[in-house]
Amino acid sequence: MSRVIVITSGKGGVGKTTTTANLGMALANMGEKVALLDADIGLRNLDLVLGLENRIVYDIVDVVEERCKLRQALIKDKRNPNLALLPAAQTRDKTAVNPDQMKKLVEDLKEEGFSFILIDCPAGIEQGFKNATAAATEAIIVTNPEISSVRDADRIVGKLEAEAELKNPLLIVNRVRPAMIKNQEMMSVEDVQEILAIKLLGVIPEDDCIITSTNRGEPVSMSETSRAGQAYRNVARRIRGEEVPMLNLEESFGFFSRLKKLFAVS
Amino acid sequence: MAFPLFLEKIEKLFGRTDNSRSVVKNRLQLVLMHDRADIPAPMMELMRAELLAVLSKYVEIDQQQLEVNLERADGTIALIANIPIMRVRTVD
Repeated sequence: MSRVIVITSGKGGVGKTTTTANLGMALANMGEKVALLDADIGLRNLDLVLGLENRIVYDIVDVVEERCKLRQALIKDKRNPNLALLPAAQTRDKTAVNPDQMKKLVEDLKEEGFSFILIDCPAGIEQGFKNATAAATEAIIVTNPEISSVRDADRIVGKLEAEAELKNPLLIVNRVRPAMIKNQEMMSVEDVQEILAIKLLGVIPEDDCIITSTNRGEPVSMSETSRAGQAYRNVARRIRGEEVPMLNLEESFGFFSRLKKLFAVS
Repeated sequence: MAFPLFLEKIEKLFGRTDNSRSVVKNRLQLVLMHDRADIPAPMMELMRAELLAVLSKYVEIDQQQLEVNLERADGTIALIANIPIMRVRTVD
């Protein structure tokens, strides 16, 4: 039985693609067979975050328009053969695919024996959102502790329920900065969760490693030392049904920074 | 330590709520109330005007001080109107 999860947010730039790549890699490293589907047609990015951009021959539109077989378009990740990517088309737009074609595509992916199919949803609430949510049976909403992304996330909660019949979406709060929260300069994870009133799946701290790992095309969930990587692995474990406590963000200050703080001259 | 800075520390100590976290929370809650209620601004304006027209038949209202807003009360959204009455009209 495959699980089909759409990763969405409403607002752009909150970390949907990074989240999709990292959860995909983390789940694959836990032995799951994972297909990642980039539904952001015209603005292809998931391949870059995964470092697979040089291996694209065919894309999602080629499959839908039957210019190639699904298997030919799927790119197997050499670091972990459990992970495969179906890239978006770069030279077409959202109207190149419709929700029925997406459903068919996902059915075909299920036939291939994937245990997880993660769909990277484009920003916005138009055709691309409708395509990406059409075939999903579960939804993850990514947001940042910041006013506009939380507002958009709230819209998405409503739209998922009303239009896509996706109830009970799960929340990932990304780019959390514990020091700012501590100083009352940022909404806390609890604030965001209370406002959106959906179940919390994970908290990802702001981490410079995201930029450096994306520079290299290596998802941060592969890194043992990165805080964000650890947080993504925890989310993957929770998706698989494990009980994993939320990261204690206070710890991310580390012993030395706490020591520095202690002696800091105000 | 300069005195204003000292005051600021004291304020922090007592958890004064004008920090940017509580500001953003309040702004967000207000905007979401409007989003969720899905009442377009022109409709709010119309409701306000009609309310005013009906009430004006009976009482004289201070139009400058009139406030009609969506607010959250006990988890639900309520239309809260604050209508200062200047004087009651005499019924014929």
